[in-house]
Amino acid sequence: MSHADSHAAHPKHLAHHFSDSVQQAESAKLGMWIFLLTEILLFGGLFCAYAVFRAWNHEMFYSAHKFLDVTLGSINTVVLITSSVTMALSIHAMQLGKKKQTLILLAITLLLAAVFLVVKYFEYSHKFHLGQLPGKYYTFTGVPGDNPHIFFSVYFAMTGLHGIHVLGGMGAIIWMMLRTAKNNFSPEYYTPLELTGLYWHLVDLIWIFLFPLLYLIG
Amino acid sequence: MSHEQSHPHHIVPLKIYLAVGAALLILTAVTVAVSFIDLGGLNIVVALAVAAVKASLVILFFMHLKYDNKLYMIIFLVAIVFLAIFITFTMFDTLDRGVINPEMDLHINPRAKIYQNMPMDTAAVSSDTLPPPASGH
Repeated sequence: MSHADSHAAHPKHLAHHFSDSVQQAESAKLGMWIFLLTEILLFGGLFCAYAVFRAWNHEMFYSAHKFLDVTLGSINTVVLITSSVTMALSIHAMQLGKKKQTLILLAITLLLAAVFLVVKYFEYSHKFHLGQLPGKYYTFTGVPGDNPHIFFSVYFAMTGLHGIHVLGGMGAIIWMMLRTAKNNFSPEYYTPLELTGLYWHLVDLIWIFLFPLLYLIG
Repeated sequence: MSHEQSHPHHIVPLKIYLAVGAALLILTAVTVAVSFIDLGGLNIVVALAVAAVKASLVILFFMHLKYDNKLYMIIFLVAIVFLAIFITFTMFDTLDRGVINPEMDLHINPRAKIYQNMPMDTAAVSSDTLPPPASGH
């Protein structure tokens, strides 16, 4: 078969080294899940540090967590869950070939991600102002118990890494909006959109654990 | 390749996404409400149980693991199993340090006020957290 013939025989999105669209999509998702596995283990190191320090400093963790704002944390949880719903719905819309709806839902997801980071900005700047900072930069004196800076080190490391992931997700969502606008996707092919969705849901998943562990200690 | 095989995408009904979203918001309200009730040691258990249910909903429906190739589910579960091994075995160590060998406790004393009222560089060699230096070394 000549090169031109093989081009005519398969859809435009299908790369030469895959036998068909199904194999291509399944391979892409396999790669994404392996990446998500490494992400779980990356955050796993911080969850482990959290477990060790909380076990060593039980009362201090309890007193220090009182200085996190449960209302702002709850608002951010609702914002992130809603953004996960709109992300899932944007893929659903593309599966039905509704390009405009996909774009609108991606834009709402992006907006909600920005709201999450703005709330986080206000939380961080309040803590900077009070001197509730990690390690040797900690100057706040209002927390009873030994070494309260440890709680805030864990807090900033975990929410900071999560915040970086939110930023990365926003970049991916913008990229997907551009590709959707350029008619790159169709009900037959929308794998990059699906992978972006998987990433965004993982960011939501991490927050589902961070929120009770940091904001809702007994 | 038949037509069906080249279009395998499973379209999850809209109402499932909305129902899962509503369930996640309700569970968020539940976990916040429970945190204001003092259950002692059970608070963390309830919080993590609710988080696990929420996580399962996200994974099964939003991330399509209920419908997709089971290989992805295996990859995800492998990550969770190794994370559990990692945290459990680290806790075996850190919770019991100094129990068998009391002098080992000195170096990792969790009560050490290493940062308080002293600059960072001298904190690590504070005399009351380290044994006296060996002479003639």
